Order: sequence, then C-alpha cells, then structure tokens
Amino acid sequence: MTATRTQSRLARMLSLVPYLQQHPGIPVAEAAEVFGVTERQLRDDLDLLFFCGLPGYTPGDLIEVSYEGDRITVTNADTIARPLTLTPEEGLALVVAARALAAEPGLVERDALDRALAKLESALASVVEPAAATRVEVSLDEAGETLATVERAVEAGRRLHLSYHNPSRDEVSERDVDPMRILNMDGRWYLEGWCRRVEDVRLFRLDRVVSAVALPDAAAVPASVEPRSLAEGLYRPAPSDPLVTLLLDREARWVADYYPYETVEELPGGGVRLDLRVHDDGWLRRLLLRLGPHASVVAPASLAAAVASAAREALAAYAELGED
Amino acid sequence: MSARKLERLVNLLLMLLSARRPVTVEQIRDVVPGYDHGDYESFRRQFERDKEELRDLGVPLETEPLDGWGDEVGYRIPRSSYELPAIPLEPDEAAAVGLAARLWQSAGLADASRSALLKLRAAGIEADPVASAAVEPRVAAREESFEPLLAAVRAAQAVSFAYRPSYADQPVVRTIEPWGLVHRHGKWYVVGHDRDRSAPRVFRLSRIAGAVSPVGAPGVVEVPEGANLRGMVAPFDDDPATGTAYVRLAPGAAWDVRRAALSVTELDGGWARAEVPLGDVDRFAEWMVGFGPDVVVESPAPARDAVVARLRAVPA
Repeated sequence: MTATRTQSRLARMLSLVPYLQQHPGIPVAEAAEVFGVTERQLRDDLDLLFFCGLPGYTPGDLIEVSYEGDRITVTNADTIARPLTLTPEEGLALVVAARALAAEPGLVERDALDRALAKLESALASVVEPAAATRVEVSLDEAGETLATVERAVEAGRRLHLSYHNPSRDEVSERDVDPMRILNMDGRWYLEGWCRRVEDVRLFRLDRVVSAVALPDAAAVPASVEPRSLAEGLYRPAPSDPLVTLLLDREARWVADYYPYETVEELPGGGVRLDLRVHDDGWLRRLLLRLGPHASVVAPASLAAAVASAAREALAAYAELGED
Repeated sequence: MSARKLERLVNLLLMLLSARRPVTVEQIRDVVPGYDHGDYESFRRQFERDKEELRDLGVPLETEPLDGWGDEVGYRIPRSSYELPAIPLEPDEAAAVGLAARLWQSAGLADASRSALLKLRAAGIEADPVASAAVEPRVAAREESFEPLLAAVRAAQAVSFAYRPSYADQPVVRTIEPWGLVHRHGKWYVVGHDRDRSAPRVFRLSRIAGAVSPVGAPGVVEVPEGANLRGMVAPFDDDPATGTAYVRLAPGAAWDVRRAALSVTELDGGWARAEVPLGDVDRFAEWMVGFGPDVVVESPAPARDAVVARLRAVPA
C-alpha cells in the first residue's frame, strides 16, 4: 500500500511530536536529520502544529512550539506524548530483519538481538502478525568465528592480519588490513578496509578469509579515504577491463543473471550472446569449465584456448591415473 | 494535500484520543475546525475520507453504539490501542534493533522499517541506525513483484502472474497460493502451492514478468503445518554427504576443496590428497571440473567418470 503525501506527513508528525518532547531543546538540524527531512520541511511541520490542540482551542489547549535560536521545544502535547503503535508491516520489517541477523553466530550483537526480539515480540504481540513474520525469511550466509574476530577489531580500532584466498587466482595471500566497516550485501559478509599491501581500499569476502588475527597495532586508515558508495552494487568492472564475448545456450543463460555484463543479445533457440568486462579471468575460466558444452568463447581467442587446454591437461592427468 | 486538511486530521485525532466517551459525528462537526458547515453531505464526505486516512495509518478509530438500539454511533480512539506499548529495551538491545532496521535498504520494507524506527525513537528508545556503524547489513528488494507478493502473503490471498520457468521460455501465467517469501544469496523467491500443478513450487521474483494480480478472496491460503520455506528454496543445502571421495590437489591449488576436506595428506612434489564429503555425484563433478588439471578425482569411479565426461564436453 502506497501512503499518500498527507498520510506520510501525518505519520511523521505523530512521531515528531513525541520525539521532540523526549528531546527538549534539540537543534532543528539534528531533528531534521533523524527524520530524514530538510530543516525547511521540519519547520513547516511545526508551523502546522501551531493551530492544533484540544477542543476549546484556547492558547492553553494548543500544542506549543517554541524556538530558542536554532533549538526547538514542544510542550502541551500530552495527548500524543507517545507515538502511534507500529503497523503490522512495520512490526514485520523489524522482526524479520532482527531474526535474520540473530541467526548469525559470529555477530557480536547476537545476544542483544535475541533479547530485543523476545521483547519486541511480546510487547507487539497484538500488532505483529506472528504467522506473517515467519513467512518472510532472509537467510544470510554464515560467517561465524571470522566475523566475530573482524567485528571486534573494527570496534576496537585494531589492525588485522588476514590470510585471504583469492578465488580468481586460487591462491592465498597474506596481508595487513586496517578495517573500516563490515558489510552484508544480499546475504554475503564483507570486510571493507585499507589494505596496507596494495595501499588501497579493498573488500574482503569473509568466507574467503582463511584466518584473521587482530594485531596489537592500532588501525590507521588514511584520513582521505572514504568508504565506497554501495548504491551501484559491490563490484563494478572498470571500462578499461578487457571485453569478453560469450555464447551461452539456454542451459547457461543464468550466467547473465549473476554477473554484471555490458550487453546481452537474444539468440534463436533461447541462448544469448553476452559481452562482459573481466579484470582477472581466473574465475571465468573455472566457470567455463563447469558450463562445458553450454558455453563458448567468441573472444578473446586466448581465453578460449586457455579453457580448452585446461580441459586437455586434466584429461591427460586422468589418462595417467588409469594407467597407475 | 493542504495544510488545512492536515490540521483538521491532527485536531480530529487529538479530540478522539482525549474524549472520555465516544463522540457523535455532530459533535465532531461542531468542534473540529475546518469541516464544511454549509453542506452536510460534503461534510460527511470529508469526514469519511478523514476516517480512512487515519485508519490507513494504523490509528485504531473505533465506532461504538451510543444507545441500546445502536441507532446512533459515536467515535473514539482508545489510548491503550493507539499508543506504542512500553518496550523495555536495554541500551544494547535498542542499538541492536537500530542495526537490524538497516537491513532493508531499498523498496520492499525499507519505508516500514524507517518509520518503525522513528516510532521507537519517539518513545525514547535509542535505536539509532547510524550509531552502530561498524556493521552495515543490506538486503535489497528491487523486484517490482515484491510488494504485491508481500501483501498477498500477509492477506493469505492467491495471486497470478506471468512467469518464465527458464530464461528461454515465453512467460506462462501461473496461479499460486503464496506461503511466504525467502531471500537467499541476493535473490528473492516466493514459495507456495501452485494451483496449475497441484503441488508446492518455488518461483524466483526476477523471472516474474509484469503485474502480480490477486485472485479470489483474502484469507484462503493455508500454509501447511511444518512447511520449511527456506528448505524449499535451498534444496542444495539438503544434499547430505552419502560417502567420501579422494581427490589429488596441485600444490597450493583448490583452497575451497581443502577447506571442505575431512583430511588432507601431503604427497610428493607439493601435491596433496584430500578426502572430501560426496553427495550428489553430478554436483560434485561440476565443482571439481572447474579446477581443471589442478584437481584430479581418484575415487570413487562414478565421480571420476562424471568429471571425465564433463571435461570431454568442453569445447576444444
């Protein structure tokens, strides 16, 4: 259900009034940030309250909004001193999210989440549809002990030593990382940090961390470094990365769903021709071996040759095995 | 939308919340500023719309008979059902709720989770989503079908939609009784009883083409006792090992396999032999073939033969 503008504004005001009563003298800018509106919008909302109050509508009945410089205080609004209770959809949103995170054994907040969930569910029993809340499930990958170590390091501002498996090259590298934050994007856990070996920001998938150890050193992320924006997804191929063209039959079409590509062209028979930019083609070689007859490489020829020769070499190893 | 209308709504709400007994529609018209005092019909239309606006927000605006015959009704908003109940969260619990609320980032339940958090904070619960900045969870629900399907799940109502069973196929209209929505590895799925197949089925939201339409009355969908939604979406998780395989690993290669191994024995020249749990042979072969010459499956024979067959099928 899409709320009308009147509804969303009214809903905001019914939370804003109790919030301001809880925080007398709060700066306008701070309240505007909490509510995700501009200062102008917040002042408009408050101006409107000027004419609101209890029947009689004498000065003593009206909600009182006073400014002291940039600070606001709301009084005489006892009738709505508490916010409106949650809607079933709001209850669902909180409970499903809390359950998803509470299922992660490595999360430092897990215990607090469990306790919070129990309290939310009991206090909101009348609004949270218990059946509906179990019918929306978000399952996050389990990161366990690695997550616990990494999260403690982030909180303590400590440097980490990682043994990290690079799946594309199938090798484990050793590096010191100054952790910035932990992300879970669409179910997968990542550490974002300043990698001291490459002197750049890197994302590390926690399920590829072979071991993580917190070092005694304090983390030192250069002041100019900003966490990357996640709006576009985690991995964006660079325009300078080499272009690969694949033919995928209908059995292998799913690849287009999982990997970012440049262009896709439908082919008769249900296949596609896919152009994608690939920085390091190790993962793609492995994928092509797995897809077997369902995928072929149009370009570059070197990739096609590499995949074919990997298959030939492997077959030779099996032939040798048979002779043992 | 006008400021006058908002004022009227706030004043109506305050009147009904503070009234000791149900108030009549005439009292409302006389007292609350902003109603039409000329034309009664136009006032009734205003009032009916206002009631709907408040109820849509979740305000418990109730109707009660004022006399024994039920001829005249009054309106009220019981404070006990209006107000957010006390939720005695400790500071760390409040922070954990703030963290959880960040999960919904775009569309889907993002608005609901944002407004829920504001209500908690308005009640003095310090569930600041930004304070717990060390961990940022994000689950997107970009598919347009998410919201109508969620509504159908909550309403226990059947739906129909056009669906591409595999990418190549033309969309086919399917009618299902939705049991629930499951998110896994970045994809949303709807699980339910497929009326056309008379069997439980899983559908990926990204393959739903076009609109999701409700079918029939709400309240008819029954979720079978013990239905494991997550289990239905992830049949691969239920691929129990039925035996073990022995595989030879090139020096330093196939870290994934080493991690899954029950044991690893060092061989000559840096090679190693790993004992790996083996479930479905074809799935196992698909995994192993990706490593090319770096992994050689020694036994059992069916797993080895499956890899060899796959290698032979790779375009030369």
